[in-house]
Amino acid sequence: MSENIFVVVEQRQGYIQKVGMELLGEAKKLAADLGQKVVAVLMGSGVEDKAFMLFHYGADQVVLVDNLMLKLYVTEPYAKALTAVIREYDPQIVLFGATSIGRDLAPRVAARIHTGLTADCTGLAIDPETKLLQMTRPAFGGNLMATIVCSEHRPQMATVRPGVMKMAAYDSSKTGEIITLDVQFAPEDMNVEILEIAQDDKKGVDISEAKVLVSGGRGVGGPEGYDPLRELAEVLGGEVASSRVGVNNGWIESNRLVGLTGKTVHPQLYIACGISGAIQHLAGMEESDFILAINRDAEAPIMDLADLGVVGDVKVLVPKLAEAIKQYKSKKLVE
Amino acid sequence: MKIAVCIKQVPDTTEVRVDPETNRLIREGVPSIINPDDKSGLETALRVKDTMGAVVTAVCMGPLQAEVALREALAMGCDEAVLISGREFGGSDTYATATILAAALQQLGFDLIITGREAIDGNTAQVGPQIAERLNIPQVSYVEDIQVESEHLIVKRMFEDCYQRIKVRMPCLITALAELAQPRYMTVRGIEDAYNAEIKMLAFDDLKDDLNPDSIGLKGSPTRVIRSFTKQAKGQGKKLTGMDVDEAVASIILTLEEHNII
Repeated sequence: MSENIFVVVEQRQGYIQKVGMELLGEAKKLAADLGQKVVAVLMGSGVEDKAFMLFHYGADQVVLVDNLMLKLYVTEPYAKALTAVIREYDPQIVLFGATSIGRDLAPRVAARIHTGLTADCTGLAIDPETKLLQMTRPAFGGNLMATIVCSEHRPQMATVRPGVMKMAAYDSSKTGEIITLDVQFAPEDMNVEILEIAQDDKKGVDISEAKVLVSGGRGVGGPEGYDPLRELAEVLGGEVASSRVGVNNGWIESNRLVGLTGKTVHPQLYIACGISGAIQHLAGMEESDFILAINRDAEAPIMDLADLGVVGDVKVLVPKLAEAIKQYKSKKLVE
Repeated sequence: MKIAVCIKQVPDTTEVRVDPETNRLIREGVPSIINPDDKSGLETALRVKDTMGAVVTAVCMGPLQAEVALREALAMGCDEAVLISGREFGGSDTYATATILAAALQQLGFDLIITGREAIDGNTAQVGPQIAERLNIPQVSYVEDIQVESEHLIVKRMFEDCYQRIKVRMPCLITALAELAQPRYMTVRGIEDAYNAEIKMLAFDDLKDDLNPDSIGLKGSPTRVIRSFTKQAKGQGKKLTGMDVDEAVASIILTLEEHNII
């Protein structure tokens, strides 16, 4: 019988990705509702020493597949390894981060196992009666939320948006069992050849990590319109972000996009500058702790979501605000 | 070289609104478009055709009105269009959809299959990889650039923080990012030809040798939507109007201070 919740923990160059820890935290809650265990699946080459931190973040067991074939992410060897893990241990639930790797691997494996997969979930829960996993996700550009179940097939599989679930409290005393699964690979499993790996210079920043985001939309007017936003972000120790308009027009790099097709963020402070608040955008930032919206239009949808909505011209207000906060901070420092 | 591009007709979700009274989607009057990632896939295929010659087929599963999307693909320069349609296919989730598309693609035969990374209505990004698995061919997702080198493709595969150049042998499947190629416009000549062109129809009967009726449609779908709802707006915050700039700035700072943000 299928049991336990498996979390496919993503590592890149041996670094465990944050979404893996978030999923372990969520899996821990679901496992408590089911009376089952949280099992982390760690695939890679020379990554055994990373298993211990997975216990600290909530895993009860770690299944390790360690092989040179898994040094870099390539679809087929990873799909083969994970299929072997699922066939061997028959999990009830398998969770993935909805990253560019998770969204490549999960559908491939779900099709191989002949089970269902729900993409980009923002909410997971166990139905108290049926014990089925209820997977909730946005659709139609965030206009609609849908709750989905997979009742007949096992495992129940879902990818989960990074930045949505909360990590469990770190517990350095927690340990567990590491189980190594030996997967037999054939040379032809490496069915593509990686010729080059390059860092994308423009993609260096992860806005989902920032405590403060100053985000610009149509109202900033052009690429130079982000300059005062950058200044304000710097004063506040944050990063600059954008709605779809800025990215589509090439005003700013696409990795700074907030929303359904970009990143989900929940900073302590989100300043929406000249952003009207299309639902796709709101879906990516509505969980921010405090939302300050500056917009000319008092009726813009963002104003209804904002904790503080200021009707005014972004081009005038933002530079003044940056200056005033700078003064405020230096004054506070003197005191 | 034969290239198939899978396209989906989607409502322009930037135009979709929720009726505040009924909490339902207002779909009336919302234009249907070719999904943007798929359209970039079409453009990519057509560029290969322009530079080295290829037969490009647009493949779409959907209701009969999806013919409009296929005619647009023809007007852009595709050589053939195939519409997979039938009530047996209705209610399919991504897995059942991939099963149907894979059966059709198998029958039609291709060296390269291009899908969009994801559709803007469902945003799952699942159908491409699931087709590749059903056809047992390699996939590369999130592709931003391709070059054809005899039997191989050299593609640029994007990750969050880096990219890889990957060499993959055809037949294979790639999923295209909207950034891959800015789609061309339809030409007047193309539009005229497209409206006279024949669209090949594939119904369940045409695919039944390769399709188990139990693995398609609603009953062949492992996942099922049990509830849909619109999100509740959170309580209204404070709104400042009609203040001069200095007043507004002072007021913002005061509020941020009250909330221990600065």
